[in-house]
Amino acid sequence: MKGSEALLKALEKEGVEVIFGHPGGAIMPVYDALYDSPIRHILVRHEQGGVHAATAYARASGRVGVVMATSGPGALNLVTGLADAYMDSTPVVAITGNVPRTLIGTDAFQEADVTGVTMPITKHNYLVQEVNDIPRVVREAFHIASTGRPGPVLIDLPKDVQLSEFTGSFDVELDLPGYKPTTKGHPKQIERALDALEQAERPILMVGGGAQHAHGELLAFAERTGIPVITTLMGLGAFPGNHPLWLGMPGMHGTVAANRAIHHADVILAIGLRFDDRVTGKVSRFAPHAHTIIHVDIDPAEIGKLVRTHIPIVGDARLVLKEMLKGAKPLRLASWWRELEEWRTRYPLRWKPRPHLQAPEVIRAFAEATGGHAIVTTGVGQHQMFAAQYFPVARPRSFITSGGLGAMGVGLPFAIGAKVARPEELVIDFDGDGSFQMTLQELATLVKYRLDVKVVILNNGYLGMVRQWQDLFHAKRYSEVYLADSNPDFARLAEAYGLKGIRVERKEDLMKGVEAVLSADGPVVAEFKVYHEEGVFPMIPAGGAAEDMILEHPAEREEVEA
Amino acid sequence: MRHVISVLVQDHPRVLNRITGLFARRGFNLESLAVGTTHVPGLSRISLVVSGDDRTLEQVEKQLNRLIEVLKVTDHSEPHVERELALVKVHVAGVEERLAVKDIQEAFRARVVDVAQKSLILELTGDSKKIDSFIEALRPYGILEVMRTGAVAMSRGERTLKVREKREAV
Ligand SMILES: Cc1ncc(C[n+]2csc(CCOP(=O)(O)OP(=O)(O)O)c2C)c(N)n1
Repeated sequence: MKGSEALLKALEKEGVEVIFGHPGGAIMPVYDALYDSPIRHILVRHEQGGVHAATAYARASGRVGVVMATSGPGALNLVTGLADAYMDSTPVVAITGNVPRTLIGTDAFQEADVTGVTMPITKHNYLVQEVNDIPRVVREAFHIASTGRPGPVLIDLPKDVQLSEFTGSFDVELDLPGYKPTTKGHPKQIERALDALEQAERPILMVGGGAQHAHGELLAFAERTGIPVITTLMGLGAFPGNHPLWLGMPGMHGTVAANRAIHHADVILAIGLRFDDRVTGKVSRFAPHAHTIIHVDIDPAEIGKLVRTHIPIVGDARLVLKEMLKGAKPLRLASWWRELEEWRTRYPLRWKPRPHLQAPEVIRAFAEATGGHAIVTTGVGQHQMFAAQYFPVARPRSFITSGGLGAMGVGLPFAIGAKVARPEELVIDFDGDGSFQMTLQELATLVKYRLDVKVVILNNGYLGMVRQWQDLFHAKRYSEVYLADSNPDFARLAEAYGLKGIRVERKEDLMKGVEAVLSADGPVVAEFKVYHEEGVFPMIPAGGAAEDMILEHPAEREEVEA
Repeated sequence: MRHVISVLVQDHPRVLNRITGLFARRGFNLESLAVGTTHVPGLSRISLVVSGDDRTLEQVEKQLNRLIEVLKVTDHSEPHVERELALVKVHVAGVEERLAVKDIQEAFRARVVDVAQKSLILELTGDSKKIDSFIEALRPYGILEVMRTGAVAMSRGERTLKVREKREAV
């Protein structure tokens, strides 16, 4: 058996069913072995598409996503996707070919120091020097990627190692003396946390992406205690988006109710989130009335990193919540809820009505037509925030977006990965005209594997989010954000790829368009031409605090008041 | 505040790279780093000198602990021994200077490890402060080269930097 075959066998032992990838010289022995392997391979058109697809596969399924690429350029094309998976704590294993060992370090053809390059954006990485190490390295890589705080792990495999004769064993025992994540929360701290909640008058529960797998416990805990729930962008879906206890998303484009709740809360129970600056705004002004912050996280380094924590609980969100459930009692929160209810009804999410078709109403229409029962992926920009605001996903692992890195171009490949992971589900990619054009070649992947993904492009003819900032903070000097003069005809582009293309331009055609997308048999690219100068509101300017929230465009507010 | 931290690591390729990369990436201030093998095959020990407030230090330790190959991290706040080795090549113009340098050498209990016509190499071990003053004392004579190893440290008494016991695998 060759090293390449040993690699695939080791992957099979990890239960890998599908690999996203793109071949090349330095990984050819593995592709040769793949020819005889039961593992399915999805050929993407760009390695970036592959790693994003593997990431979404992982996030939609809860399993490890696998991506493969050749040396040098192939491996370097993984960089953005690995950084994205790292920032959003997603279990991905990347396998890259490298030049033969004798050529490493000589600037050989298609050589790059990929382990060096990816060191800061992977949880761990390996350069395999010994063919018999392959099973151990694969075992460790999957273990490290999927346990503790999940993250991407890269395995770099020189070509001659792939071709060497394997004489080792597949029975490997994990021996990682420096890696022992704590999963069970400290009982004493859990008790303190429950006490603090019981004493609280204005408690809130904040939930991040680290609790996606704890949705059952979360729901039970919230319903038992009656505590208001806020989910971050990464936490969307971990708690049902249609539940009465849910106040929405916090932060820069969060709801008034969520941000006010944080501002006035006395006790905050934060689970599986990392207090990103898009959530906290200015940290020194974050949650000024909270005398007790309880932070549950599997990664000790997150606790106290940005926000002062009074009760730290290191552990897995699900196991900690399970323990907390044992002692959880209904809290007396009637007056707190009266306040929250007031904010919620007084300041619901809304957009300013206009004669044009508008991005929020397109998303709202899809949300209503599906009842929130879809897996939503997004690009990065205004459409991403609108999707987060107006498509309350009903179930966990159903809102897949680039939270930490904010990488444009993830939408389509994320949709591909999600559809491969959960083929029975309706998958909608809400994309921007800018974001979509960063990875649109993956339409070919949709076609090749007949993946029924609905791509909904909210075409405002601008790099909208940048335009919005230029509008608000740079005196409307719209520097290099105009796209409409050079955008393709997206519907015809789709047709060129052999997909169904739909275009909706007028407000009165909205419902017909939504219907056409949802009833189409197979993948669709639908372009909705939306109002070109829409802004995302509410908004807390970068570095601001909850009190600095603006509800609508300052110019338009004056109009209303006048 | 200046802190001396000991780190026990598996001596895999690039482990130093991971550690220094971590400091650069997270904006921690690394003053010195000394590394060498231990009596246990496969394990190396690193002494780091870092400065920062308590919160920074806490993050330094936690981030180091996140590295897969790091087995143990200790901040030497307890009584500990700290040593650094320095080699100093100093210019000696004539007999007078040679005698003066010899006085300094004796006062600091340094050793002469190389003698040439116009220069001497002196070797000194001690804590970093002592080496600082040694260098200052020699400065007027014309220092040609200085090589310092960076501090190494060890706790006094029973305390040792042991590998963690195996706990339940996850
Ligand atoms: C790869 C990458 N490049 C640049 C940016 C900066 N950026 C953030 S949002 C945005 C505009 C996105 O435009 P579009 O995809 O059309 O979405 P819209 O905001 O118009 O909905 C840009 C350029 C980014 N996030 N990612």
